Amino acid sequence: MTGFLAVIGRELHLALRGGGDVLTLVLFFVIIGVVVPFAVGPDQALLARLAPGVVWIAAFLAMLLGLDRLFRADNEDGTLILLRQADLPFAAIVAAKVMAHWLVSALPLIVASPMLAVLLAMDLEAFGRTVLSLLVGTPALAAFGAVGAAITVSIRRGGLIAPVLIAPLCVPVLIFGVGAIATGPGPDQSGPALLFLAALSLMALALAPFAAAFAITSGED
Amino acid sequence: MTERQVFGPSFGEMVLRAQGLACGRGGVVLAEALNFVVASGRCLLLRGPNGAGKSTLLLTLAGIVSPLAGGSVLEGTDEDAGPQLHYCGHRNALKPRLSVLENLDFWAALNGPTGMAAPDALDRVGLGHIAGLDAGYLSAGQGRRLALARLLVSVRPLWLLDEPTAALDVEGHALVTELIDAHLDRGGLVVAATHDPITLPDLTRMQTLAMGRAR
Amino acid sequence: MTIETAPKQSWWNRIAHPGQFVAMTQRLLWPLTIITALLFVVGLWFAFFNSPEDYQMGDTVRIMYVHVPSAWLSQFVYAVMAVSALGTLVWRHPMADVSMKAAAPLGATFTVLALFTGSLWGRPTWGTFWEWDGRMTSTLVLLFIYLGIIALWRAFDDQLRAARVIAVFTLVGAVNIPIIKFSVDWWSTLHQPASVFRADGPTMPGSILTPLFVMFFAFTFLFLTLHLKAMHTEVRRRKLMALERQAVQAGVSA
Repeated sequence: MTGFLAVIGRELHLALRGGGDVLTLVLFFVIIGVVVPFAVGPDQALLARLAPGVVWIAAFLAMLLGLDRLFRADNEDGTLILLRQADLPFAAIVAAKVMAHWLVSALPLIVASPMLAVLLAMDLEAFGRTVLSLLVGTPALAAFGAVGAAITVSIRRGGLIAPVLIAPLCVPVLIFGVGAIATGPGPDQSGPALLFLAALSLMALALAPFAAAFAITSGED
Repeated sequence: MTERQVFGPSFGEMVLRAQGLACGRGGVVLAEALNFVVASGRCLLLRGPNGAGKSTLLLTLAGIVSPLAGGSVLEGTDEDAGPQLHYCGHRNALKPRLSVLENLDFWAALNGPTGMAAPDALDRVGLGHIAGLDAGYLSAGQGRRLALARLLVSVRPLWLLDEPTAALDVEGHALVTELIDAHLDRGGLVVAATHDPITLPDLTRMQTLAMGRAR
Repeated sequence: MTIETAPKQSWWNRIAHPGQFVAMTQRLLWPLTIITALLFVVGLWFAFFNSPEDYQMGDTVRIMYVHVPSAWLSQFVYAVMAVSALGTLVWRHPMADVSMKAAAPLGATFTVLALFTGSLWGRPTWGTFWEWDGRMTSTLVLLFIYLGIIALWRAFDDQLRAARVIAVFTLVGAVNIPIIKFSVDWWSTLHQPASVFRADGPTMPGSILTPLFVMFFAFTFLFLTLHLKAMHTEVRRRKLMALERQAVQAGVSA
C-alpha cells in the first residue's frame, strides 16, 4: 500500500510542480466551450440545449490530449523498466498511475466546469447532472486512455496515434455520459444511462490496468 | 579497504544459473548458448565490444526481455518473496523536478525501505550535501551516483549493472568498486557490463564472460 | 565463453515454421480461388436474373446481395483477428501474428464496402445517404477501430514486438465492440422513438434467401482466399526483412 500511495503521491507532485500542464489542459477545456457560441451563434436557448454535449466533448478531447504524458516520460527516462521490479505488482502500479491521471486531468476539468455552465447558459439542475455524469464517466475515459497510452508508449512518434485508437472505444462513455444528463426531448432515460455509465467506469477501471500493464510488458519485450 | 561495512543481515546461499541462454532483440540474436553460474559473493563481468549484447543480456536476466532460448534462474530464493534484483540501466530514472532526496525516497517506498535510510545512502554515494537540490541540476556523474544510491536503500541479492561507472570520475570508480565489494561481502551477487576495468580487492571473486563474436 | 558464428538456431526456428506454413498451404490457394469464382458466378447470376424485385424497393434490393455479406464479414474478420490475437498472446504462435496483420486491411475493406453499399441502398429507399441508425453507426465505429489497428501496425518498427501489443488492443476492442453496439442501439432508439428502419422486418421469401445464401459463402470464401494470400505475402516480407538484417549484421562483423 505504501508503494501504491508513493506512486500516486509522486505523480501528483510532478503534475503540480510542472503546474503548467494541468493549467493548460483546463484552459483547453474552457476554450472549447468558448469557441462553440462563435460557431453556432449566441442563442441562449440553443446553447443551453447543446451545453451537456459540448461539456462532454470538451472533457473528452482534453483527456485524450493529456493522455500521452501518462507513460511516455517514464519510458524515456528509464523509470518504467524499474517500476517493473518493484515489490508491487506492475498492474497495481499502473492502476495507481491511472488514478493519479484522473486526479490531475479529470478533476481539474470538473472543478472548472461551472465556468462552462455559465458561458453556455445551463440551468442549475442541468449543471448538477453534468457534474455528476462527468464524475461517474471520466474514470472510464482515464482507464481507456491508459490502455491507449500503454499500447503506444514504445512507438517513438506515437503521440497522435493513441487518441485515434482510443476515441472509438470511448463512444459508449460519451453516449451514456450525455444520456445521463438528458435535457433533450423524448423519454427520460437518464437514470439507466447513469447506471450504465457507472458500470462502464467500474469495468474499465478493473480491467484496464491489467491490459495496460500487459501492453507495456509486451512492448518492451 | 581496511574497514568493511556490512549493512544488515547477509543473504543466504544463492546461485544465478544460466543454461543455453540466447538473447536478442527484434528477431536478431545477439548472444546464444550462454552457460554461466554466479554464486553468492561473486561478481560476473560482461566484456565485449559495443553491440555484443551485454545490455540485452542484462535485460534478459532482469526478465524484461524474454530469452530466445534457454533460461536463467536465481536459485536459493523464496518464490513468493517478490523481485530479488536491482537493475541499473543506462538511464538513471530521475525526475528532474523532484529533489535528490525525494527521488530516492520514492524508490525506497516502492521497493521497500529494507536497506539504508535514504539520507545515509546519499552520504554513502557522496550526494549528502545536495539532498535538497532538484535532480534536474545534477551533472551526469551525480545523476549516476543517485541511481546507485537506489541500490542501497532496498536490499536485494542480485544486482544487474549496465555500465555502472559511466560518466563517473576516478573517485566514482572507486565508489562503484567499494559498493560492489560490500555487496559481495554480504553474500550478494553482481552481474555488471562494463568497459572500464573494475578491480575488486579480492580477485578470486571476479569472473569474466567475454561476449561478441570471435574473429 | 565466446559466440560462434553458427547458424542462428532460434531465429531459424521462428522462420522455419512460417516457411512450412506457406509450403503447406500453397496448394490450397488455387482450389480456394476456383471455389470463390464459381460461387460468385452462381450467386451473381441468381442475384441479377433469378431473384424477384422488391415490391417497394424495386431493383435496388439487389444491393443487398453485396451489402449483407460485407456486413457479416466486417464482423467475422474481427473475430478472426481476435482469435489470432489469442494465438499470439497465449501460444506465441508466429503465424497468429501474420494472420492478425493480414486480416486488418481486409476487414477494413469489407467494412467500407458494407457502409458504401448501405449508403447506396439508403439513398433510394430512405432518401438519404447516411442515417444515424444503430447498425450503420456501430459499423462506422468498427471501421475506425480497424483503421486504428492498421495505423498501429504501420507505426511500429519492429513487427514482432508490434504483434503482441496490437494483440492486446485487438482483444480490448473485442471486449468493447458488444458494449459499443449496445450503447449505440440504446442511443439511436432514444433519439428515434419510432423505429423507422428495421432490416429484420418481414420474413424473406426463399427466392431472396437462396441467392443471399450463395453470396454469403462467395464472400466468405473470397475473404479466406485473400487472407491466405495476404498471409503468404506477409511471411515473405518478413523473411526478406530478416535476410536484409542478417546481411547487414554479417557485413558489420565481417
